[in-house]
Amino acid sequence: MTREEIADGLAAVGYIADRDLATALLLMDMLRRPLLIEGEAGVGKTEVAKALSDLHGTNLIRLQCYEGLDQSAALYEWNYQRQLLAIKAREGADAEAIEAAIFSERFLLARPLLAAIRQDVAPVLLIDEVDRADEEFEAFLLELLSDFQVSIPELGTIVAKTIPRVVLTSNGTRELSDALRRRCLYHHLDYPSQDREVKIILTRVPGIAAALGRQVAGLIAALRREELAKVPGVAETLDWARALLGLGVADVGDDPVAVYETLACVLKTQEDRARIGRDVTDRLIAQVA
Amino acid sequence: MDAGQMLLARLAGFTATLRDNGFAVGLAEAADAARIVASPLAARPALLGAALRALVCADAAQWRKFDDLFAAYWLARGMRRVTKLAGAAPKQGAKTLRQLAEASPHGEPRATDTPTRQGNDEQNNPADRRGRREGASRSDLLARTDFRHIADPQALAEAHAQAARLARVLRTRLTRRDRAQKSGRRIDLRRTIRASIGRGGTPLDLVWRRRRDAPLKLVLLLDASGSMSLYTAVFTRFIHGAMQNFHAADAFLFHTRLVQISGAMRDKNPQRAIDRLSLLAEGVGGGTRIGECLAQFTRWHARRVLTRRAVLMIVSDGYDTGEPGALGAAMAALRKRCRTIVWLNPMLGWDGYAPVARGMAEALPHVDLFAPAHNLESLRRLEPFLAKL
Repeated sequence: MTREEIADGLAAVGYIADRDLATALLLMDMLRRPLLIEGEAGVGKTEVAKALSDLHGTNLIRLQCYEGLDQSAALYEWNYQRQLLAIKAREGADAEAIEAAIFSERFLLARPLLAAIRQDVAPVLLIDEVDRADEEFEAFLLELLSDFQVSIPELGTIVAKTIPRVVLTSNGTRELSDALRRRCLYHHLDYPSQDREVKIILTRVPGIAAALGRQVAGLIAALRREELAKVPGVAETLDWARALLGLGVADVGDDPVAVYETLACVLKTQEDRARIGRDVTDRLIAQVA
Repeated sequence: MDAGQMLLARLAGFTATLRDNGFAVGLAEAADAARIVASPLAARPALLGAALRALVCADAAQWRKFDDLFAAYWLARGMRRVTKLAGAAPKQGAKTLRQLAEASPHGEPRATDTPTRQGNDEQNNPADRRGRREGASRSDLLARTDFRHIADPQALAEAHAQAARLARVLRTRLTRRDRAQKSGRRIDLRRTIRASIGRGGTPLDLVWRRRRDAPLKLVLLLDASGSMSLYTAVFTRFIHGAMQNFHAADAFLFHTRLVQISGAMRDKNPQRAIDRLSLLAEGVGGGTRIGECLAQFTRWHARRVLTRRAVLMIVSDGYDTGEPGALGAAMAALRKRCRTIVWLNPMLGWDGYAPVARGMAEALPHVDLFAPAHNLESLRRLEPFLAKL
């Protein structure tokens, strides 16, 4: 695949990628490295993985990280209840046979990381918000991402059937270790340019007129230049476009009241709401209408 | 040498340049870079640049810096390579590779930009020599402050010991908390069943569930303006100690600007840490704009640096020359982001001092602990109060 094919393919599944991102995705396949995507909340980091799995027609396996995430929630766990039942059911049988039976694959609960390396077709593994997990987990992840094998004491080593495409996202709540950063390709995702945002709106909101899409993108770009506590992301843009479309607004200049009332889609703190009053809204509308 | 080999030789030079600029380019990365150069991606500079950028960058700061480095090396655009500036004032004009190396990760000015205002009250005021002077000034001080005395081994050792003690105090508090929690703990059913397998399914060994506690993070904001110059050295040493002893810590200096010094102060070798600090600390000893600096901190660093488990320690005398109200607003915003705000004011130890300075009065409602601190001894006396927070 060339870079253009990747960009076109992503566009076909509804993700408008910039050229640099397409290059990074191309390198992911070429160098077999995971891709670390950083950027503000709401710029579409998670969407990249979803679009990538659509593009390759494979499964998306998602691991949401949180503080205290451990191996049993991320990698594998034995199904203890079933094991107990099995022990009761075979009471009196040969102990060795029971042990062999209960520590077999049937009793293994594969969590996302193990599931990802046991697929027949290489899936996309999304490790979301990796900065929320603890440092110890990060070290463990690093080991898995370089070897793609897991050793389970009772069962032996499981080697990856296929190497998944790994996408990691980070919001920067904690600094990631240098080792993990070095292992990964890096892409910094910014808010989309106005042109790209227009394309995103037109792709993701069916039935919207190009003129309204352009106006919404213009308003969002203007809002992002205001000093907001919570800068609206792409999801907010799409919500807003859908809201305006649903209210039958064809031109924001004709219906400033509707624009003002639907600002709830974009401004998510009371502080921002107070900052963008009626007068500011009218000024912004005048810029784009 | 054919074209491919020449390209590889150039690439080796480029990876060396990147390493000079703080990029972690290991052997594996160099090998992958060679694969990229050998692939069709090398056909166009823009493609090659994008591909190498994705490979070698590790964070947003490097991501922004890479394009300039790439253009400088491969396209020889507007760059000179300078070995060492050694005290010379940075020249305006074409950026050098070294200047790029020093560019701050968040885009705010650091050592390389020349302040526009020249302080005159600083130079003329004899009281400034002793540094004990009330009031604040708007001007930036151009002279590079000498941080060498900070590396005095004995003083440094004392500061480290104090920081270690403080780190311990905050940790003890956590263990106590943990114990108090045990009365409300629950049985971890899953692990209990797991443990019971060895007993034939009879749950003899109960496994309890406890709340996991992570140690606190310390974030230090040190006012390094002229009015604080008596205390800057003490607290810089303390910061160096805190960086080594706390599980997680971050430190910033502020005067008329805000500078992140965590990276420099994390350097275990005190001499090197001080060298790096001196590069960053231009403007130290000048005026203060606390409100602006705190607002800048909230906007650019707080999200990354402050967690719910962070204690924010501000060391300042509260003499502020910024806009009225800015400091109060900035403190209110910070209050929402962290667990505790401690404001240490060296002046509070003076006889007859009352926090009437406008800045201090604005900040006080948002502060959890307001205490005097002008040396290590006073920090030690603070331990019981800090432990109670």
